[in-house]
Amino acid sequence: MHSSKWQARTSGRAVGEVYYPVGPVVGRCCRGVYRRTHDSRHVDRCLLQLIAISWMGTAAREELAVSPNNNVVCIYQKNGKEWDKTQELTEHSGRITGIDWAPESNRIVTCASDRNAYVWSLKDGVWKPTLVLVRINRAATCVKWSPLENKFALGSAARLISVCYFEKENDWWLSKHIKKAIRSTVLSLDWHPNNVLLAAGSSDLDCRVFSAYIKDIEDKPGPTAWGAKMPFGELLLEQRDCGGWVHSVSFSPSGEQLALVTHSSSLVVVDAAHGKEATPLTTDRLPLMSVLYVSPTEIVAAGHDCVPYQFSYQGPGRLSFVKKLDIPKQASKGSMSAMQHFRNLDKRATDDDMNDLNALHQNSITQLRVYSGERARIEKYSSVSLDGAMVVWEFKH
Amino acid sequence: MSKNTVSDRFRRVDVDEYDENKFVDEEDGGENQLGPDEAELARFSLCRTWDLEAVASRPVLHTFQRCLDDQWGRNLMEALQAVLKNPPINTKNQNVKERAEGLVLKVLSSFKSSDIEKGVQSLDKNGVDLLMKYIYKGFERPSENSSAVLLQWHEKALSAGGVGCIVRVLTARKTV
Repeated sequence: MHSSKWQARTSGRAVGEVYYPVGPVVGRCCRGVYRRTHDSRHVDRCLLQLIAISWMGTAAREELAVSPNNNVVCIYQKNGKEWDKTQELTEHSGRITGIDWAPESNRIVTCASDRNAYVWSLKDGVWKPTLVLVRINRAATCVKWSPLENKFALGSAARLISVCYFEKENDWWLSKHIKKAIRSTVLSLDWHPNNVLLAAGSSDLDCRVFSAYIKDIEDKPGPTAWGAKMPFGELLLEQRDCGGWVHSVSFSPSGEQLALVTHSSSLVVVDAAHGKEATPLTTDRLPLMSVLYVSPTEIVAAGHDCVPYQFSYQGPGRLSFVKKLDIPKQASKGSMSAMQHFRNLDKRATDDDMNDLNALHQNSITQLRVYSGERARIEKYSSVSLDGAMVVWEFKH
Repeated sequence: MSKNTVSDRFRRVDVDEYDENKFVDEEDGGENQLGPDEAELARFSLCRTWDLEAVASRPVLHTFQRCLDDQWGRNLMEALQAVLKNPPINTKNQNVKERAEGLVLKVLSSFKSSDIEKGVQSLDKNGVDLLMKYIYKGFERPSENSSAVLLQWHEKALSAGGVGCIVRVLTARKTV
């Protein structure tokens, strides 16, 4: 994608604003819409995958870091109703797999399949990279800043988590490894609000909570519901055999509950306040890929069904599906000729004239991120999907 | 050239077996799992159906047969519950798994088409998931009429369990 502008496309629905890269529709491939702008090179891939996205929102400006499934991170700035591309960060040589933007300290960390991670800082209006010594021998898969932004965790396919912090004496980023019990690629990470505990979902079908306490940069944490003794690398929870790959994990605002989604189409909530009891909920839909706690009891999750869903957790054994958060288009049934009717029946065994899904996104949603609001009461969140679109949703509490 | 460059036996070595980082599934104790109990199923006298057919030609036995059908219908629901108990999920013994599959197939084939929906409704969520696992196992080895029967069951189980149910069949590491 090489367009320099993103245009907002209002779809007439109050729920979400959709942003597509601007340009005329050149062709329609089977899975998505492929757009090419007038001034750009021809893009071979017709599937635009926005894999990583991160927000930086202040009252003054809203910026966004996004990577269109290649080794480049594009920084966009909101300009009224449109987004302007301001910069491209091109230090990585492999596909970018994770981006996180720390709003307070204004730093971006990126990780890629080239086994590297860079921390970017803004100097004179230009983003400059600093290499992080993560010491992994496989691709990095996900990265997250801690709540206080003094360290970040990086999950990798080397079956370990790298917790990286800045060492002032030598002016470089160091890392410490958590390897205990992890038997396969780490797919997702989330930090506990106390800045010490880290939840990791991995492809060995397990979800774990580790302590990432770094003696050099922080004070000893107080005891939490997950455990009292928290030396670095301590395993505080091991949720075995969740049924499938654990695609995403999310702590609740208080940190007492942990929600995770797996590839076996289920959502599990582990409650530390009630003896780490796990409450699973198997859904009858396609697997979910991303989960986000929007309030102390409400959870939003989205995945291969292309729409976000709302779930509610009230206590052990009380996890339930609330509703679908996408409002379907009012089907404008135009008059269809008899020829079209029978052609549809012949080709597709149905006489619907629907060429696309009845949803804002036309392909699987890969990530949900907080857009605005506090941790305990999220007002807006964004979703990106494999169709190359980003939608900002408003959550009504 | 020395002799051992001619041999290519080394190509048949499975190097993944020697990889020390190889992922191995956890082995749960599956030795005690025996699958559904045949003796219990005999209670529902599924084999008696053949006797009935021989006798049913006599008109005086028609009302008798209708009573038995009702009884049979109710019995089949219980038979379904019984056969889905104790699934041989963790065991590595293939004979146990095959026997279980055979029993389940027998019960599923004995249902009347109109009763299939009721049968599926009588199961809870886990039961529907387990039923779907058996259905797909049955698809793997199709016999005379099994596919048609299984497809009917599949349709009803899908409307009860949704696509999530099928996803769970695909992602389950330990299955029937």
